[in-house]
Amino acid sequence: MIYFDHNASTPVRPEVVEAMRECLADVSANPSSLHRGGQRARAVVERAREQVAALLQARPDDVVFTSGGTEGDHAGLIGAAWALESQGRRIAFAALEHHAVHGAAEVLARSGFEVGHLPVLADGWVPPAALDALPADTTVVAVMLANNETGVLQPVAEIARRAHGRGLRLLCDAVQAAGKIPVDFEVLGADYLVVSGHKFGGPKGAGALIVRPGAPFEPLFRGSGHERGRRGGTENVPGIVGLGLAAELAAREQRAEAVRLLALRERFERGLREAVPDLVVHGARAPRLPNTVNASFPGARSDHLLMALDARGIEVSAGAACASGAVEPSPVLAAMRVPRELAVCALRFSMGRTTTEAEAEQVVAAVGEAVRAVRAASAGGGA
Amino acid sequence: MREVYADHAATTRVVPEALAAMVPLLGAAFGNASSAHRRGEAAREVVEQARASVAALLGALPEEIVFTATGSEANNLALKGVLAGLDHGRAHGRRRLVVSAIEHPSVLETARHLESRGFPLTVLPVGTDGVVDLECVGRALGDDVALVSVMWVNNEVGTIQPVREIAALAHAAGALFHCDAVQAAGRVPISVGELGADLLSLAGHKLGGPPGAAALYVRRRLRLVPLVHGGHQERSRRAGTEDLAALAGLGVAAGRAQRRLAADEAARLGALGERLRAGLLAACPRACLNGDAVRRVPVIVNLCFRGVDGEALLHELDREGISVSTGSACSAASPGPSHVLTAMGLPPADAHASVRFSLGEGNDEADIDWILEATPAAVMRLRAMNDPGVRRSA
Repeated sequence: MIYFDHNASTPVRPEVVEAMRECLADVSANPSSLHRGGQRARAVVERAREQVAALLQARPDDVVFTSGGTEGDHAGLIGAAWALESQGRRIAFAALEHHAVHGAAEVLARSGFEVGHLPVLADGWVPPAALDALPADTTVVAVMLANNETGVLQPVAEIARRAHGRGLRLLCDAVQAAGKIPVDFEVLGADYLVVSGHKFGGPKGAGALIVRPGAPFEPLFRGSGHERGRRGGTENVPGIVGLGLAAELAAREQRAEAVRLLALRERFERGLREAVPDLVVHGARAPRLPNTVNASFPGARSDHLLMALDARGIEVSAGAACASGAVEPSPVLAAMRVPRELAVCALRFSMGRTTTEAEAEQVVAAVGEAVRAVRAASAGGGA
Repeated sequence: MREVYADHAATTRVVPEALAAMVPLLGAAFGNASSAHRRGEAAREVVEQARASVAALLGALPEEIVFTATGSEANNLALKGVLAGLDHGRAHGRRRLVVSAIEHPSVLETARHLESRGFPLTVLPVGTDGVVDLECVGRALGDDVALVSVMWVNNEVGTIQPVREIAALAHAAGALFHCDAVQAAGRVPISVGELGADLLSLAGHKLGGPPGAAALYVRRRLRLVPLVHGGHQERSRRAGTEDLAALAGLGVAAGRAQRRLAADEAARLGALGERLRAGLLAACPRACLNGDAVRRVPVIVNLCFRGVDGEALLHELDREGISVSTGSACSAASPGPSHVLTAMGLPPADAHASVRFSLGEGNDEADIDWILEATPAAVMRLRAMNDPGVRRSA
């Protein structure tokens, strides 16, 4: 199998597996316990907090461990919106945000919050000036750093400036960016930042929410004083250890890896264009993550392509993995005003640390074959 | 030095079978459990197998199990999920929440938070025995009560609450019943049907599984509003990419806990706990048991050693290789006296003089021997230091 779906989930790095296995076997106490076993568990949790903070140029105290990106988006958006409730009951974000942000907004909407929308340009990014048009009772906006489907980078720092200029708080879902490209919490200026371990070689079940000091926040899960009162629940120590190590490894390697992947992607994209000259790459004119290509192959529906590639031993994704099974075009592409007939022919290729040049070449060849086969079947009335 | 882990109520060690199930999943399967490809299929199988095991432990149906990351999250989901559902249908007159004063902070703090959001709250007192009084429950159950939440086994003193009776009273009054069974699961046999629970929480790391995996039982057809939304995982009741390894560990641990309950492991541990309690009470003058002597799980022994600082005793025992807690691990960092012991009427000085021993699978007779040898000596040393007559330092 060739795995070209790293935006869905990355293979856990062997070093991380080993660290978690060791932790599960050796560190068995509750980090809140005062005895030596508990102190040892506390020490490994706090070391991981430093590792995560270092990856994001944040302060360890500002790192709140979560069970992953979905919880992080919920904790950040809901926690901020409720904490700011006295100033207004309206949040805003663009259609291209991850499901988790849409889900958190639904939770808020059930409690009577209004949800406003930010526009998306055809190139796949949110224009910062759009913030100026938000109603006055808006309190929080959410803008992701890199889109999970297209890889398009959002102008988060500029959006943060505008948001703060009018007293709004900004949640930045950096789940797809963290560990792939350098992420600097200070430079971005977001008030809340969300990352997830399994998107950069760490385990599932561990992520982090970074909360800027002074940013209003109410915990999603109440309980004892865990995470400085910001997230009740016993720490997932092995998961946190894995997350921390993955963060440290990513911090060390991400610059070189981004350069490598960018070169690989450019070759890959060129190859695709040669194999399927009429393909359309979404977000091609915008700055993008170095590992992601989202392209439509006119006349070849993505579900058919997915099967044809699967038969050739290649794992890719149609839109986001979380949305697969649905026949509707991706909301992200719809927001970019990609015509429906083109949007239903889109595939997402996402490479990662384990991707080789040879694999990229094999995928190009397989995509060429698959597109031809699907188009032939469709033309023959087979579809 | 002998190492005796007597803090199983804080967390149990991951049992070897659970670890063995987890290790291959830590690295190998990296497909997103919700994606269509083959790895996704395999991942789904892991999740569903774990769900079946947890359901079996509780006598529930697999589709009634919602996985969460922690027991605290399960408790938050139970309370907020039910009340948010009521809030949605505004015609509903039932908005009151009834909880006991000795609930875990994840229930108590959530209840107080909901109170600040307009859901009235009744906090049930407990007697000096650490048990909720059924008469108080009866009096609290007006026709405005939406949900009653009482834990099965208290985490600090180990008292068993009359949850069956409370469930029956709640239902008779038209309210729902949630049971925090985090300390009960794996220690006492649970049947949600017999109990009459509408919702019930458990956590993997209290029954031999890993941290990071927990579950909420939600009775079929019960309306529950999710706290974490935006994905179709867990039948849209809890979104987020599944932590396969942790769920597999939870599943294996649940299956194993069920088998061991059937094999009288509880009786073995109970005998150890009784020996520990009787031995310490006999050997330590002025020590007394916190909580009812009968209505309790014998593996949690919370003792007040008057005249001794509980935290000092904890560290003294730690030096002897014995791991215990003052109050619960969760509240270890908070400076105030335990809310559980306070609710039981202990003066702050006595609450601060209390230590919890909690036994589990790894403990044996030799562990109890060592605790019984080391503890009275440590108590005596600390009392001597505190006695002005023998104090050496300024």
